[in-house]
Amino acid sequence: MANFFNDNESLKFHLHHDMMKEIVRLKERDYADYGKYDYAPSDFEDALDSYEKTLEIVGEISGNILFENAESVDQDGPTIVDNAVVYAKGTQQNHEALRDAGLYGMSLPREFGGLNFSYVPYVMAAEIVSRGDCGFANIWGLQDCAETIYEYASKEIQDEFLPKINQGFTCSMDLTEPDAGSDLQAVQLKATWDEKSNCWRLNGVKRFITNGDADIKLVLARSEEGTTDGRGLSYFVYDRKHRAVTIRRIENKMGIKGSPTGELVFNNAPAQLVGDRKMGLIKYVMSLMNGARLGVGAQSVGLSEAAYREAFKYAQEREQFGKPVLNFPGVYEMLANMRAKTDASRTLLYETARCIDYYKSYEAISKERKLEPEERQKLKQFQRVADILTPMLKLFTSEYANQITYDAIQVHGGSGFMKDYAVERMYRDARILTIYEGTSQLQVVAAIRGVINGGYIALIKEYEAKQAGPEFSTMKKVLVSMRKRFEEAQERANSFGSNSEFYDFNARRLVEMCGYIIMGHLLVIDANRCSSFTNSAELMIRMGQSKVEEAATFIMNFEEASLAKYKIVSDCKNCEE
Amino acid sequence: MSFKIIVLAKQVPDTRNIGKDAMKEDGTVNRAALPAIFNPEDLNALEMALHIKDNIKDATITIITMGPSRAAEIVRESMYRGADNGVVVSDRKVAGSDTLATSYTIAQAVKKLGKFDLVIAGRQAIDGDTAQVGPQTAEKLECPQITYAEEVVMVNENKIQIKRRLENGVEVVESKYPCLITVHGSAKECRSRNAKFLMKFKKAKSNSELQELGQDYSALWNEKPYLKIDEWSAADIMAEDSRLGLTGSPTKVKKIENVVLTQKESKVLTPKDEDINDLMKELISSHILG
Repeated sequence: MANFFNDNESLKFHLHHDMMKEIVRLKERDYADYGKYDYAPSDFEDALDSYEKTLEIVGEISGNILFENAESVDQDGPTIVDNAVVYAKGTQQNHEALRDAGLYGMSLPREFGGLNFSYVPYVMAAEIVSRGDCGFANIWGLQDCAETIYEYASKEIQDEFLPKINQGFTCSMDLTEPDAGSDLQAVQLKATWDEKSNCWRLNGVKRFITNGDADIKLVLARSEEGTTDGRGLSYFVYDRKHRAVTIRRIENKMGIKGSPTGELVFNNAPAQLVGDRKMGLIKYVMSLMNGARLGVGAQSVGLSEAAYREAFKYAQEREQFGKPVLNFPGVYEMLANMRAKTDASRTLLYETARCIDYYKSYEAISKERKLEPEERQKLKQFQRVADILTPMLKLFTSEYANQITYDAIQVHGGSGFMKDYAVERMYRDARILTIYEGTSQLQVVAAIRGVINGGYIALIKEYEAKQAGPEFSTMKKVLVSMRKRFEEAQERANSFGSNSEFYDFNARRLVEMCGYIIMGHLLVIDANRCSSFTNSAELMIRMGQSKVEEAATFIMNFEEASLAKYKIVSDCKNCEE
Repeated sequence: MSFKIIVLAKQVPDTRNIGKDAMKEDGTVNRAALPAIFNPEDLNALEMALHIKDNIKDATITIITMGPSRAAEIVRESMYRGADNGVVVSDRKVAGSDTLATSYTIAQAVKKLGKFDLVIAGRQAIDGDTAQVGPQTAEKLECPQITYAEEVVMVNENKIQIKRRLENGVEVVESKYPCLITVHGSAKECRSRNAKFLMKFKKAKSNSELQELGQDYSALWNEKPYLKIDEWSAADIMAEDSRLGLTGSPTKVKKIENVVLTQKESKVLTPKDEDINDLMKELISSHILG
């Protein structure tokens, strides 16, 4: 009986972080629900115990059902029958198991049938689900949409839709269109007010919609006629019961094949406005997107863990030249780096989740009562950190998931290239992670703000000031030298102005330098609490040091004039004629 | 009037991880050496009960388990999945019961619960593999029984149709209530624990568990009566002592033999009649067949 929570001590380590006591107290409003709901906790110990026991259920379902079904789900995939998406048999079984276990609506308040879990355990559940089946994590993870409805929609809409989430009604966020991918300001799907029916009507096409045939759809649409940018877009909620959306096709994808990706045609579909008009993209989608990026972070960590474990197991069992391949430097280096990257990804994930937990709770409390000045300050402080850590998390963890699944195949040798081994599927599943919910390139655009406004440096200096045991003094010194190297490179980039093309061109290098330093510090902090992370801390810092040096060297030697050499107009002069 | 389902469940030693010290000198199972688990087919039975509860308004599920005080874990595990309450029949007098004494004890407990519609049990427990307790209990309750149930074909407040898994096929039978069903391992697996039920019932305890822990629950039980797991003694279920435990068990274990199956040699046979004949004779004489 596999259990993907119980077999992973790192999860318990992060769940028992010092900050959790305050995070849970805020989320539970000093345990005000106790007595009102029979499943509400009475105090912190009770809440944490409930988190652990619930995550045990997630771990059991993920290990015994999701993971076991993953291969057949990958083969079967969803189909369209009578204009409805039918999940693969395994997908349906996964969905029902998680629904029956009460694991939809985990973060929703109890008044809507939710479990009122804070972000840390909710994200942990997402990580565990992703380890079982990366693609299924999308269908389960889209319960995030409920967060947006809870935060921004009217009470009527909340009451109509939110209680359905815990019953297993599925969600989708319908943003992308054929001509509006990364550039969502170009969304064209039209929303018009229908006076007669007293509702909005949606008309147009959406493309690449994950779980496109969901019960509850959040749709970004142009409500202001004659506008062309993001300010003319509003956010709507559509109920599948109206049957006014045609599923034109399901995409035949490279990976996450169990997760249906649909092209949809809205035919005068009735919908309700979420929040205020014109705030669709500017406010609500941005908020939803931040949640989704955290979700991809969790998905990436779960997949990395799965791939690392498959590779490690294989390397122990497979013998060549008379010994397990694990004993060869070329192989054990790969595995050790995979382990270090997974630990680094995970610590960044939960650091981000903790910040989000804090500020989201304060935000929710501010709707109930006026915050004290110091609470307001904390809200701002944690929101600032969450805002710069979220794109960094998405950038690093998704790229690492790709590197780790790539190496997992390499460890398997020729066998890894065959469909007989799970790593082949994992490698394909990983590929989308750096693309959807904002490509890596777009994460850099979001994260560079933290470089420009000094957010990362402030955070790094905070970490530097934290005390750690004497055994970490060398690591901490290296981290300080990495920070100094970053500052040199940043100074050079600044000399061209932060709006310059020089700056944009080197933005990823600058963001990544900060990332290596931050992950290094986080692992030292973890290792100081639990020695099992010492190895990963040392390995990550060693890796980060050379990466920072590489990026710094590039920037220090880069000339503005060199930009032209990267702008290839055409490879072949003859073609231009 | 609610529809009352009683599920019989047993905590058993996990015989899937059996070691050398699994049996004691006297031929009884050494429970201390093996982890205690929910008898697998009783989980199938619980799932069937939950399925019926999903389909009949106001149905309730009560678990009856017999065993030491730690068997309360079976009641909690059932409540995490949707059972409403449960009772542990625990008494030194019931120790060492064979199937006759066990079915007597359980029938007495069922009778104490009053009128019922359905009793559902696993076909057999992995520690004894007798498959006798369910049928014997039905006889003592004087109600019809459906054994080897695999699937509920139809169920409502008045009758139930069950598909039975038999050696050479399946059969669909129908019964009125009350009725006792024993469930085969090929039936639907039991659902996972539900997070809300788990949080609600995780602190449920029986009296003797509290005594062991040195905790006082009287205030909590007042506030949340569902956190009390009832414990019944032989006296509580009005059982006659002579029919309980070792005294009430005519079955006597004469000898326990350790059978180790090993592959010693391989044999190559030709598809000739005499070769096959010889093999059949050998298999019959060594009691592998027959």
